[in-house]
Amino acid sequence: MAAAPKLELIDVHKSYGDKRVLNGLSLAVEEHEIVCLIGPSGCGKSTLLRCTDLLDPIESGEIRLDGDNIADSGTDTNAVRRRIGIVFQSFNLFPHMSVMDNVTLGARRAQGRNRREAEDQARELLARFGLADKADAYPNKISGGQNQRAAIVRALMSEPEILLLDEVTSALDPELVGEVLGVIRELASRGLTMVLATHEMGFARDVASTVSFLHEGQVLESGPPNELFGSPQHERTQQFLRRVTEAGRL
Amino acid sequence: MSAGVAPRRSAVSEFFEQEGARAGVITVVSTVAFFGVAIVAVVSSPNWPRVRDQFFSWDDFVDAFPSVIDGFWLNVQLFFWSMLLIPVVALIVAVMRSLRGPAFTPIRLLSVIYTDVFRGIPLILLILLLGFGVPALQIQGLPTSSTVWGLIALTLSYSAYTAEIYRSGIDAVPESQRSSARSLGLTQFQSLRFAILPQAVRNVVPALMNTVVSLQKDVALISVLGVRDATREAQIITSRTFNYTPFLAATVLFLAVSIPLTRYVDWYTSRDRSERSQAGV
Ligand SMILES: Nc1ncnc2c1ncn2[C@@H]1O[C@H](COP(=O)(O)OP(=O)(O)O)[C@@H](O)[C@H]1O
Ligand SMILES: [Mg+2]
Repeated sequence: MAAAPKLELIDVHKSYGDKRVLNGLSLAVEEHEIVCLIGPSGCGKSTLLRCTDLLDPIESGEIRLDGDNIADSGTDTNAVRRRIGIVFQSFNLFPHMSVMDNVTLGARRAQGRNRREAEDQARELLARFGLADKADAYPNKISGGQNQRAAIVRALMSEPEILLLDEVTSALDPELVGEVLGVIRELASRGLTMVLATHEMGFARDVASTVSFLHEGQVLESGPPNELFGSPQHERTQQFLRRVTEAGRL
Repeated sequence: MSAGVAPRRSAVSEFFEQEGARAGVITVVSTVAFFGVAIVAVVSSPNWPRVRDQFFSWDDFVDAFPSVIDGFWLNVQLFFWSMLLIPVVALIVAVMRSLRGPAFTPIRLLSVIYTDVFRGIPLILLILLLGFGVPALQIQGLPTSSTVWGLIALTLSYSAYTAEIYRSGIDAVPESQRSSARSLGLTQFQSLRFAILPQAVRNVVPALMNTVVSLQKDVALISVLGVRDATREAQIITSRTFNYTPFLAATVLFLAVSIPLTRYVDWYTSRDRSERSQAGV
């Protein structure tokens, strides 16, 4: 019997009020895979990622991590959140803390690790992502790209098995996008399992093992990048990709 | 001119900084002239001698001052203790109210009831109710001192207002901050404690300081219980001598605390505002 996928969403439903956002969505992510979620704004990419990290409850369906349903009520949500890292579009570093304190907060408070050890690990990660000299800086004193790299480091501190990235370059000035994509490439090369919502189609084509197109709360079409971008099967996917191409993003 | 250019301006220094030396001269002359005329007008009025004897009698002032200042010491103590209690009680109430999830519904409800009730009762009524009412019950184990119940009444009432101030600060912190705290595996309490509250409190420091100014005056309400604070002492002497100068003595003492406090709050608030506009917050 084949091992269960690393992450599997099965028939997930999620609404905000009357608005149905995820409508029986299913998605499987194998270990070391990089899945890119694409689709028009408002199609539910962020919702999917937030629900996967249990930041928003789903109404029905299953979210399986290594085969265990983490969406049921008995789950230790805090433990699951340490196994799944998430990085948001707008960085969301805590403005009243230095980069170092931001990065080590989870390790110190949620995991109860001592400060010395957490800071050693943090320094190593910060150095790896070019932030060695920013440890003591406050978020409003560093660039958007540096903020986002620090946010990625913060998410990596608990050594997550999966990293969720929600349009992590959308809030950045164009010249800062490259440095953050570079970080993701590096993580990809180390085999980290990732799910990323993105508008950077060129990047998706480059790093993704699977690209999934979301439409009306479901995965409408899914496949390796050259198939999905090269010969999309569905009318909707074709339309979406045409529009993206016209906007010059492919 | 942007607020960022001149941090640390207070209302007072604004008067003198605005237009240079010539304006400075005009300011001084017009101020002296204005207050000079006003004072002359009051002092030369036919009723002035009566006012002076009733409110500004030096001898009565000197006679009353020692007992009024004794009473004021009680006001200071009340102020001190309520300043310790209110922020703590208010914070607990505010945190109770911002807990998420169905399991915490009764706790949220309790917090809502608390703030609605204690913001709704006039402070003086609450002081009378607790200060006279509870000691009269003679229940074993409860304090019987009116002063203590006055302090409790002040704390209950002010904590309700202060909790609402905290809550507005908590609500002003973007939801995404809570998400990112939770995503690190922090519990709801830890998220509040380490991520949300520090930002929330920072948001509302000026509002909190204004509450302190008003608290400093409201401690005088304890006098309705017959507790011998500055106001009460002044009243006792007045009812004996039929001269109102002792009230002036009490007034001077309260002003001696509240004016510097108000000036400080003003200065702090304007500095805070300019720092924030510089930081782009
Ligand atoms: N907290 C929320 N409350 C109400 N509606 C929401 C909330 N979050 C998202 N939505 C709605 O759900 C839909 C999907 O949003 P989102 O997942 O952010 O899409 P995407 O990330 O693909 O742009 C949108 O129509 C959005 O307005
Ligand atoms: Mg989104």
